[in-house]
Amino acid sequence: MDFNLTPEQDMLRQAVREFAESEIKPQILELDAKEQFSVELTHKMGELGLFGITAPVEYGGQGLDTLSYIIAVEELARVDSSHAATVAAENSLGIGPLVNFGNKTQKEKYLPKLCSGKFLWGFGLTEPNAGSDAGGSQTTANLKDGQWVINGSKIFITNASSPITLGSTVQCISGKRPDGKNEISCIIVEQGTKGFTAKEMHHKMLWRASNTAELYFDDVQVPEENLLGERGAGFKQMLKTLDGGRLSIAAMGLGLAQGALDAAIQYSGERKQFGKTIGSFQANAFKLADMATEVEAGRTLLYKACWLKDSNKPYGKEAAMAKLYCGQLARRVANNAVQIFGGYGLMEEYPVARFYRDAKLLEIGEGTNEIQRLVIARHLGCSI
Amino acid sequence: MKIGILLKQVPDTETKIQLTADKTSVDTSAVKWIVNPYDENAIEAAIQLKEKKGGEVIVFSMGPARCVDAMRTALAMGADRAVRVDTADGEWDSYTTAVALAEALKAEGVELVFAGKQAIDDDASQMVQLVAERMGAASLGIIETFELSEDGKSATVTRPVSGGTKEIIQVTLPAVFGCDKGLNTPRYASLPGIMKAKAKPVVEKKGAELLGGETIKIKKMGYSLPPERQPGRKLTGSPQELVDGLVKFLKEDVKII
Repeated sequence: MDFNLTPEQDMLRQAVREFAESEIKPQILELDAKEQFSVELTHKMGELGLFGITAPVEYGGQGLDTLSYIIAVEELARVDSSHAATVAAENSLGIGPLVNFGNKTQKEKYLPKLCSGKFLWGFGLTEPNAGSDAGGSQTTANLKDGQWVINGSKIFITNASSPITLGSTVQCISGKRPDGKNEISCIIVEQGTKGFTAKEMHHKMLWRASNTAELYFDDVQVPEENLLGERGAGFKQMLKTLDGGRLSIAAMGLGLAQGALDAAIQYSGERKQFGKTIGSFQANAFKLADMATEVEAGRTLLYKACWLKDSNKPYGKEAAMAKLYCGQLARRVANNAVQIFGGYGLMEEYPVARFYRDAKLLEIGEGTNEIQRLVIARHLGCSI
Repeated sequence: MKIGILLKQVPDTETKIQLTADKTSVDTSAVKWIVNPYDENAIEAAIQLKEKKGGEVIVFSMGPARCVDAMRTALAMGADRAVRVDTADGEWDSYTTAVALAEALKAEGVELVFAGKQAIDDDASQMVQLVAERMGAASLGIIETFELSEDGKSATVTRPVSGGTKEIIQVTLPAVFGCDKGLNTPRYASLPGIMKAKAKPVVEKKGAELLGGETIKIKKMGYSLPPERQPGRKLTGSPQELVDGLVKFLKEDVKII
């Protein structure tokens, strides 16, 4: 076993950490309070090379391995989940499917722009009536005279309605299979197409500085060649995309937990009660010890899942485990961090309040805890 | 044009400095190393100049193999290659360090050198001047702006003088410039930059071989840490007792009245 990171991965961690500390941290309190997406910070993250981290260099990507990507997301989430979400969603859901399933023309058209971070792309999967039951989606695409005619709606789509969004990959029912089940396909829809509305969602409890959209399709017509990959491959494409996406959500959980732990350790060394720093009380010191232990366990699990993926071994089970564990880890550690901060932890002025709110998404987004358990159980052979 | 950077790897500003048991040097076993912060401004100045006028940016650093980590940061930011002057043999003070660095710079034909105005570890602030002297070049201690002339033979810089006044200086190259925080905003090492840095050459030179018989002029005899702060003493009692106690303390214990 070799647990050493490469010198490049170490440098990358350092660079992203410095960036997050000096560029995102000073702005996040205000962006979060005002529920504002920052184009400026997104472009800066683009200059740092945070979009298309695993995408091929020929299309403007960085051509790095999964672990490097996961470290970058982890370091962003250590400071702020909203910006980590922008990066994770864009890499795994925006850019990922175009890289994995797009044809040469589609890749050349979109990837260089997206990998520069100057523009964003959404992935429309969830619908108002189809969340965990992704197969129960209702948005349809009918092929007529060389055009896909799309009708339906999508919800909770990250990066899909920002001022710099170019379009989205949309999962649609494109017909019936011979066995009578729905045929699912992914279709590219650009912003500004007639009948297509992308509306920013507000009043979120968390990830408030990230862009979340509702998409409406009203007889939207796009050319037949906007089909991503093969017709009818949409469901498989979605499953593959989500396997990879789980790693980045796990990275967000790990990073958030690390950030909350760091804040709690620092505060325990500064805050005095009964004449002593609160970290010298066993109740708090042991809590910190447990938090640190769990963070370490989460990191080991997640990095191993990345290693499996980078070694081209099956990683679906471990990705689901990492997502499940790190999502819960984030909530537990953030909860304990707020406890250590006491009353001050309830104030937005301190980062742990935001960590506490942001953590909850990780048990719901990109597959709820329950769905992760379902995935893991099926890998174990349970007919569930 | 060849543009040189003098870079020093220093302990992180948050490092708690510990001494070795014999107190003759700093215990570096648990130190986290960083690029000297002022050197980041030097790197940025060199890269900006290259972006405007072309040329090659070469990083020079003195120290053991671990220095390569710091040099890689400069390479990831955009420098082209690096020369590490190894300190394993030889005795080093500011003077011999400058002699060796100047030799390395001359060997590469570097005419324009950016350095941090000082290193934050020993704060000796001598390298800019000493290296310039050994190279037969001009030195400008602290610069806040930098502009190379059209023909590339001179540069115009401003430096602060007392009372907030700026001095505007034109200097003929070769020259060594000491960079301050206000000169520019150092860029972050980008992901593509980090990957490119991997393939950029870092050559090693033996420092002792560059000294040409020169020897150290000063020798560090030892280090001492600042004394630990004693806990304060709190007096209690009536106002009269407080005054008596304080006067007694000042007279008898610390003997300052």
